[in-house]
Amino acid sequence: MMEFDSVTMSRMLTSLTLAFHIIFATIGVGVPLMISIAEFIGIKKKDANYTLLARRWTRGFVITVAVGVVTGTAIGLQLSLLWPSFMQVAGNVISLPLFLETFAFFFEAIFLGAYLYTWDRFNNPIYHWLFSIPVVIGAGMSAFFITTVNSFMNTPQGFELEGRTITDIDPLEAMFNPATPTKVFHVLSSSYLTSAAILAAITAFIILKKKSTDYHKKALKLTMIATFFFAILTAIAGDLSAKFLADEQPEKLAAGEWHFETEEGADLILFGTLNEDNEVENALRLPNALSFLSHGDFNSEVVGLDQFPEEETPPLWIHYMFDLMVMLGMYALGVSFLYIVLSKLKRWNEHNKWLLWLIVLNGPFAMLAIEFGWIFAEVGRQPWILRGYMKVSEGATTSPHVEWMLLLFLGLYILLGVISVRVLRKLFSDNPAEVELEHRYPEVDQRGVDV
Amino acid sequence: MSYELVGITVLWIFLYGYLIVASIDFGAGFFAYYAKQTKQDHIINKIISRYLSPVWEVTNVFFVFFFVGLIGFFPDTAYYFGQTLLIPGSIAIVLLAIRGSFYAFENYGSKQSSVYMFLYGATGLFIPAALATALTISEGGFIEETSNGVRLLTGELLTSPYSWSVVFLAIVSVLFISSAFLTFYANRANDKPAMELVRKYMIFWSSPTIIASLTTFIAMSQHNHRHFEKMLDLWWMFGLSVAFFLGAVFLVYQKKRFGLAFIFVMFQFFFAFFGYGAGHLPYLLEPYITLQSSVTNDAMGLALVIAFIAGLCLLIPSLILLMRMFLFDADYVKGNK
Ligand code: HDD
Ligand code: HEM
Ligand code: HEM
Repeated sequence: MMEFDSVTMSRMLTSLTLAFHIIFATIGVGVPLMISIAEFIGIKKKDANYTLLARRWTRGFVITVAVGVVTGTAIGLQLSLLWPSFMQVAGNVISLPLFLETFAFFFEAIFLGAYLYTWDRFNNPIYHWLFSIPVVIGAGMSAFFITTVNSFMNTPQGFELEGRTITDIDPLEAMFNPATPTKVFHVLSSSYLTSAAILAAITAFIILKKKSTDYHKKALKLTMIATFFFAILTAIAGDLSAKFLADEQPEKLAAGEWHFETEEGADLILFGTLNEDNEVENALRLPNALSFLSHGDFNSEVVGLDQFPEEETPPLWIHYMFDLMVMLGMYALGVSFLYIVLSKLKRWNEHNKWLLWLIVLNGPFAMLAIEFGWIFAEVGRQPWILRGYMKVSEGATTSPHVEWMLLLFLGLYILLGVISVRVLRKLFSDNPAEVELEHRYPEVDQRGVDV
Repeated sequence: MSYELVGITVLWIFLYGYLIVASIDFGAGFFAYYAKQTKQDHIINKIISRYLSPVWEVTNVFFVFFFVGLIGFFPDTAYYFGQTLLIPGSIAIVLLAIRGSFYAFENYGSKQSSVYMFLYGATGLFIPAALATALTISEGGFIEETSNGVRLLTGELLTSPYSWSVVFLAIVSVLFISSAFLTFYANRANDKPAMELVRKYMIFWSSPTIIASLTTFIAMSQHNHRHFEKMLDLWWMFGLSVAFFLGAVFLVYQKKRFGLAFIFVMFQFFFAFFGYGAGHLPYLLEPYITLQSSVTNDAMGLALVIAFIAGLCLLIPSLILLMRMFLFDADYVKGNK
């Protein structure tokens, strides 16, 4: 049974806030890029359909940004409120990227304001498009900086710890720790993938529910090609992340793969169950594939859980998180590939009802993959908060009443979640694209060709 | 200058920046709600949303900057404030969250709901009150350190005259600063009825502001005599503050130079805020944390200062651009764009 002490409660509250923030953060990182691409195509092709696309996406985006900002502020403060001892240590070593992150926010916020309120202010629309660049960069930089902090927690370096005194601090070494490159790459690519997939899902849903217009077909094509491209990047980044784990954090990979004994030519285990003796049952085994995933060589040796003391290994259920993430990644790749193939073949129709439903599912699936990925990465770090230096239980607050705060925030997030979905739906259903297109760009006929 | 002085100066300037921009925003929320209740919303709400819409996210970042920077330069504050402020801090987060997101729902979501308006107005007053409590606690006397760690003495906090006078001061200052700014902004937009209305608010809130400042001074002399004495040594700063206050009220009363009047208000709070802050030193949290005891190591200090300078080189031009587009672009302010 779980104990409801401050540590458990702090963990639950942190998980809750992060799991909620990460939804909006992912959209916050990825959607600006999609907006920027759409506006650019609109300018280049002189096709108002794309400009309207960018415009409408932006309008939804401001709602999600707002929730991203407030939940981000919450997690920022909660780190100190719930993990005061951890932040005391971390503040000494890893505050540089946290501090830099605020500049990235500033930068993004300033230009987002400029972007939002200058749509028709310039004679040459390219000037307006230019404002989207700092927003894309700012969002990417905030993801970069916060991910270096998370990397640091996984592979801390750049300091010496003697008791509770920290010496020999090198902020840059701490920031550019071994986990940084793969983590940043994977977090960015998966954010872009997820944003593209969600926009595609919404478009496909509208095509299914109403008649499809040129506007929606163009939107679907753009977002599906982007999904395909970023799905490939994400898979590459994921593969590199696994290779990183095999080298630097083998206990996480071993727990995620149920790899108990160190061996050469290790099999990759998909799903399955564990019996009382920790033997794998009902699983699909891919011979030697784990060795390949770990080192790019089917016969290489992969470190197993036998190399670690039991109290320092993460819970074994993260195996499912890993498998689900990978399956959902393959799904995104498959669906977007199918769409592209069908759209190339004249005989087939890419707006087939079944395919559209698969695309609709892909949106929530991608977001689930983000959640599973983070749970795998974070729980896979347990019991450490700073791997090798500080356990989660040593970092937590000792204040009472954390459970009430958990309820308070649970209520807050439910409220924010419900209202933002309602506001977003109303925003778009009250003002369908066809109507807005006619109203704003009367020179464009409904097929999107300049008259 | 040593890192701790550079650090605290930078942070204090940003907190001052937050005080000004957030007060404008908080107060505007209250006035918008009040105007709606008294059926005057058609007069001022357009002005309020034209100014607020492009800048609200920037306001929030000022705050994030402050607390992230505080932990960076003075990591011990994470421990003491983090341990003790769990409940008031969480409440402040919830209020901020409601306010920020509801602002967006209301403004971009094309739905005018009176519940949102109420929450937006009410949080505008509660948030400054909640945040001011962190400053109150830093005066000492409200935290106890035992072998089990540190904890907040909630009872003392809730019964202290000093703590309540700070809350009162925070609320009236917000309304005063906000109405002073809106007077200037409405005047610039050539919106006469709106200007007349907010000008009345500004004159109305001027006397509570000065009364609250005096009460807080007196309560401070009872609560923390050391700090009070140090503030008396800096009497000229508070004198300047009062002089700017009188100047601002005079100008607005005479309906002259509203821009200058708002700058006077900024100076009024600048001197009071820095006088208060300078008197607070060397303590960050009496008696547990001083500047010297809690400052981060040299390597991080240097890195943060470099990061800060680099960051400013990026930010200042961008901020100037934003202000030129929305604050000083007469066409935008008047609603022609
Ligand atoms: C759309 C989301 C998504 C998709 C499709 C994938 N991932 Fe992922 N994965 C993430 C989203 C994600 C993430 C949310 O971005 C994580 C969580 C923490 C992190 O660094 O990235 C992550 C973590 C993560 C880690 C742990 C890294 C660490 O702890 O340092 C590994 C080994 C992989 N992934 C591997 C893969 C592989 C081999 C995939 C095969 C296609 C894959 N991921 C698809
Ligand atoms: C411990 C983890 C995290 C902390 C402490 C944190 C902190 C914050 C804070 C304080 C804000 C509000 C900034 C503002 O006022 O504008 C914010 C927003 C944001 N965060 Fe997080 N964050 C975390 C995780 C992440 C991750 C993992 C990502 C990216 C993958 C991310 C991306 C963003 C983005 C893009 C925003 C801007 C809001 C938006 O555009 O939606 N954050 N975060
Ligand atoms: C920088 C400070 C961070 C701290 C102190 C921290 C700490 C923690 C802790 C203690 C947990 C609970 C683990 C458990 O329940 O087993 C957790 C979970 C989680 N963290 Fe981190 N983390 C940090 C950074 C991040 C970042 C940057 C992200 C990216 C968004 C992140 C994403 C998550 C997620 C999604 C969970 C939920 C996992 C679950 O459901 O158990 N964390 N974090």
